[in-house]
Amino acid sequence: MSMTMSQKILAAHANLDEVRAGQLVMADLDLVLGNDITAPVAIKEFAKFGIDKVFDRKKVALVPDHFTPNKDIKAAQQCKMMREFATDKEIENYFEIGQMGIEHALLPEQGLVDAGDLIIGADSHTCTYGALGAFSTGVGSTDMAAGMATGKAWFKVPSALRFHLTGKLGKWVSGKDLILHIIGMIGVDGALYKSMEFTGPGVASLGIDDRFTICNMAIEAGAKNGIFGVDEVALAYLAEHCERQPVVYAPDEDAEYDATYEIDLSQVRPTVSFPHLPDNTRTIDEVGEVKIDQVVIGSCTNGRISDLRIAAGILKGKKVDPRVRTIVFPATQTIYLQAMEEGLLKTFVESGAVVSTPTCGPCLGGHMGILAEGERAVATTNRNFVGRMGHVGSEVYLASPAVAAASALTGYISNPETIEEK
Amino acid sequence: MKAQGKAFRYGDNVDTDVIIPARYLNTSDPKELASHCMEDIDATFVDKVSDGDIMVADRNFGCGSSREHAPLAIKTAGISCVIAASFARIFYRNAINIGLAILECPEAVAGIKSDDSVEVDFSTGKITNMSTGESWSAEPFPPFIQKMIASDGLINYLKKEVLV
Repeated sequence: MSMTMSQKILAAHANLDEVRAGQLVMADLDLVLGNDITAPVAIKEFAKFGIDKVFDRKKVALVPDHFTPNKDIKAAQQCKMMREFATDKEIENYFEIGQMGIEHALLPEQGLVDAGDLIIGADSHTCTYGALGAFSTGVGSTDMAAGMATGKAWFKVPSALRFHLTGKLGKWVSGKDLILHIIGMIGVDGALYKSMEFTGPGVASLGIDDRFTICNMAIEAGAKNGIFGVDEVALAYLAEHCERQPVVYAPDEDAEYDATYEIDLSQVRPTVSFPHLPDNTRTIDEVGEVKIDQVVIGSCTNGRISDLRIAAGILKGKKVDPRVRTIVFPATQTIYLQAMEEGLLKTFVESGAVVSTPTCGPCLGGHMGILAEGERAVATTNRNFVGRMGHVGSEVYLASPAVAAASALTGYISNPETIEEK
Repeated sequence: MKAQGKAFRYGDNVDTDVIIPARYLNTSDPKELASHCMEDIDATFVDKVSDGDIMVADRNFGCGSSREHAPLAIKTAGISCVIAASFARIFYRNAINIGLAILECPEAVAGIKSDDSVEVDFSTGKITNMSTGESWSAEPFPPFIQKMIASDGLINYLKKEVLV
């Protein structure tokens, strides 16, 4: 046999000894996810099955995180519909405001993701869980409805690109810079329909939060999923959060890849995606003078505790530029509390930033940080499409928490290497 | 089955945020979504589109968010088929799942301009530019997906094939 990690997980869940790229399979799901934007459409579709129950009330997760706390009456109606469905179907993993977090940070933290799992979510960034050695991918609401009803989904088995990592990232360089660098290299459709598999000795130096960030943005290269092998770092995270036993898949030695990219992590520079595509990247050395109006630190991409520590490390004892609205949003309540206990939230507030409840709001131009015409934001989020964070004439520059924090201090896109730590 | 209409021509990487901006996702009403379809890259689309018209775009159509609201808005606006050089994968499966016809055919895309009259024969995959007389053949869907389309989408297919 010669299968990639992703192919092995699909084969196991389709009850097949072997699958090959291009094959269509029907596979059993370990988890089906939806949020307050996608679940209402799925709930309407689910009704068409004419059945009373979901396939497994423990294997459905519903997270009202996008337009919550409810931004307007229509959003409130959508959340109400989801809440009533969760109650009616006795969904175990429904997370109300107070327990809620941004879905892709929340689910692993709550132990709902295990190595070897097959997960679909009606949200494109569902690919995040590949950091823990799961095959997870974004789908639409109809797939979510079908998944809730049958516990199954259809998949076209993907071929794969391999990213062989060596070396170690520099001090102010993070997983975000690496994935932006990769997207810049292969393009927004460079991994279309494929898996992105991250291997090599460089992986060991990447913390779990960096791996979540990297897999999270696999979709921005068009990928079906991103996935890391399961090593001690992943196993330690799983031991802390997930009660189930991990099922570890490694690629076969003769697994076939469409291409292999060698990346020396020590050569990766802080990287920024200019408007209006994630692949429009420049290293921090090539950015030039870009004046900004807002900084957003958070999201399913970069709202984890490591991200907040990096940002707070740069902001500590300093003031953000008074013209720059700096908005920090921890991704979950647990992260929020941890940031509070570590004094990070105090650092943010003292520096002139605001700290928001967990929400996807600003990332997708929903609420809590919308841009006006002509305004520019540096954001640790994942997309910089036209109108993504507000007015069609506004601009989003994607960057790491370190670059975002450094930029908040100066009012221009800035290199964290030039900021003196206190 | 055939579709015929005028072409709305777009470029590479038409993302789901421009197909239906997130500020309108506080509803799942297809008609309301359709009334804002393509608003951020083509403000006149909604006024100009007629039932049966055809959307034609270059590479990676529908990239970005998984929002099914995007193919739903396009379908409800009256578009009968989207022809692209390639589709982003979530959009591709969403379109099939909800019964919006899509065809991948870079050659046809290269030969169609805005407002050309285009005919699509779904049974053969033949695409004809009635304005120029040129025609092309799109790659047919694999049998599994054809069955799903014949069942009028994923839910009906599963009801017939999986839940029995």
